[in-house]
Amino acid sequence: MSAAKPALRLSALAPYLQATPLGLVLAVFLVIPILTIVIVSFWDYDSVMIYPDFIFLNYEELLGSHVTWKTYLNTLKYAAFVWAFTLGIGFTVAYFVAFHVRSSTAQMALFLVCTIPFLTSNIIRMISWIPFLGRNGIMNQTLMGLGLTDEPLEFLLFSDFSVILTFVYLYAQFMIVPIFNSMMRIDRNLIEAARDNGASGFQTLVNVIIPLTKSGILIGSIFVVTLVMGDFITVRLMSGGQSASVGLMIANQISLLQYPAAAANAVVLLIIVLMMVAAMLRVVDIRKEL
Amino acid sequence: MAIRDDSSVELVQVTKAYGDTIAVDAIDLKIPAGTYCCLLGPSGCGKTSTLRMIAGHEGISDGVLRIGNRQIEDEPPAKRGTALMFQSYALFPHLDCVDNVAFSLKMKGVAKEERRKQARDMLAVVHMEQYADRLPAQLSGGQQQRVALARALITRPSVLLLDEPLSALDPFLRDRMREELKRLQTELGITFIHVTHSQGEAMALADIAVIMKDGKIEQAGPPRQVFNKPRTAFIARFIGGHNVVKVDDGQVAVRTDRIGLTHAPEGDVVAETDTVSGIVRSMEYHGTSVHLRLDTAVSDEFYVVVDEATFYEQPLAIGDRVIATWNATHAHPLQA
Repeated sequence: MSAAKPALRLSALAPYLQATPLGLVLAVFLVIPILTIVIVSFWDYDSVMIYPDFIFLNYEELLGSHVTWKTYLNTLKYAAFVWAFTLGIGFTVAYFVAFHVRSSTAQMALFLVCTIPFLTSNIIRMISWIPFLGRNGIMNQTLMGLGLTDEPLEFLLFSDFSVILTFVYLYAQFMIVPIFNSMMRIDRNLIEAARDNGASGFQTLVNVIIPLTKSGILIGSIFVVTLVMGDFITVRLMSGGQSASVGLMIANQISLLQYPAAAANAVVLLIIVLMMVAAMLRVVDIRKEL
Repeated sequence: MAIRDDSSVELVQVTKAYGDTIAVDAIDLKIPAGTYCCLLGPSGCGKTSTLRMIAGHEGISDGVLRIGNRQIEDEPPAKRGTALMFQSYALFPHLDCVDNVAFSLKMKGVAKEERRKQARDMLAVVHMEQYADRLPAQLSGGQQQRVALARALITRPSVLLLDEPLSALDPFLRDRMREELKRLQTELGITFIHVTHSQGEAMALADIAVIMKDGKIEQAGPPRQVFNKPRTAFIARFIGGHNVVKVDDGQVAVRTDRIGLTHAPEGDVVAETDTVSGIVRSMEYHGTSVHLRLDTAVSDEFYVVVDEATFYEQPLAIGDRVIATWNATHAHPLQA
């Protein structure tokens, strides 16, 4: 009997031991860095040094400045537009591949075609829009060659238009993949059952396909919104420095060695993005859907 | 509910081709109104394609489909007056039972309260009212089936189409559901077309059993007629309970339970018109009867079913030599 006791204790410990590696990884790469940022956000700094302290000045300066509010609003605006466009494009593309392409070989081929651009760096794919959209770029020359415009369209590049266009181009795939995945798991008999019950194509879409694709839409939305909220390089390159985003603001603060200010900004951004994700999770219970 | 006069179904030269393969080959079939019809056959015989063509989920390559006196082959499924119950039930996983059943009413634009009330009434018909608020995933297979049945019936179809409705249920539930289907069909007085690969199911339920093979109808008729007068050797074997025996002018089917067995002396080989000798190869006790398989000159799959009491008056053992005899009137001639 005495031999059974230690074995019992070990089996009680086993679940914790099994969870330890993941716990350690999360602690080292997620919890400790975030805690560091939170701690530094309360520190003091001048133009050359940062000083351990506990002051709220970084937050006061950040939230008291109307530039901050404008920048946050601008970032939210980007997120909203990019979300709407990627959702529209992502749903349509996924729907086409999942329901209109009959052969599974063709489905896989089209799906791979969607992913091929992602085999190169996203900076290169971003920059390749510049010669296309520029003042003397392909787009403007084509439009003028066709006689549709007399002078180059200025809004095409270094504008909100080019920023949103590039975001949509870069992130549409993050919407297509999870939506496509949800759609492929819909039992085809359900579509027939809807038809048998007198549903039109549009009614089937609204009453059957969209409700059953909700989890995919949600996962895609989380990807796109968090990516856009945290981005700085796309905004910098495609707006030509004329627009700002929170990420860009943080990057600028870091380049000026204002680490505590950047950390405070990062904490605020993190809280806002977490609140957005929490709001989205309230709309769709993802654990129930998966 | 009175029998609706428009619930008869007629298929004229109906054909389904997938490229070069012909799944259903110019079949003709008339199902009178208010009939329970079973489409029966081995897998790949075209029975499911036929059902799906009647339902409108499969286009027909050639031929004419009629329900009552309406020609329907170009109508969409919901306009045909048919409702299909899917083999996998195909309940909407995101909707509770009431909303599943009310789905077709919602599509027609019936107001929410009204359609939910009607759906609850229909759930009561299939004894599922106490599960009305559950999601399909929270129901057993048999319960899901009842919901699927309610969802099909609420469209007030003149023809209900059932695709292997009992195949996913356990044997006990299957028998209960079988009874229930027959009761519903009698009460509603509409035509049921039921696809199955089980001849027992077809015999228990059908007013008309339609046996298909390779896209063609081999035989259609009341189950008793099909069982007692199988047209071909295929039917006799598929419907079961028969031995196919070669005779001078072709083949005959002999019911396995109309054969008498006697011990045979060693070396006495007989193979006459209504007598055959053989060796008992296997023996199964089935309660009311004993099933024996004999090795004979006419067939190595010669089955004899003997009433239990009769068998144990003079029991046989595996390896015994026996003579099987039958009355010539019980040998039914088969077409080639």
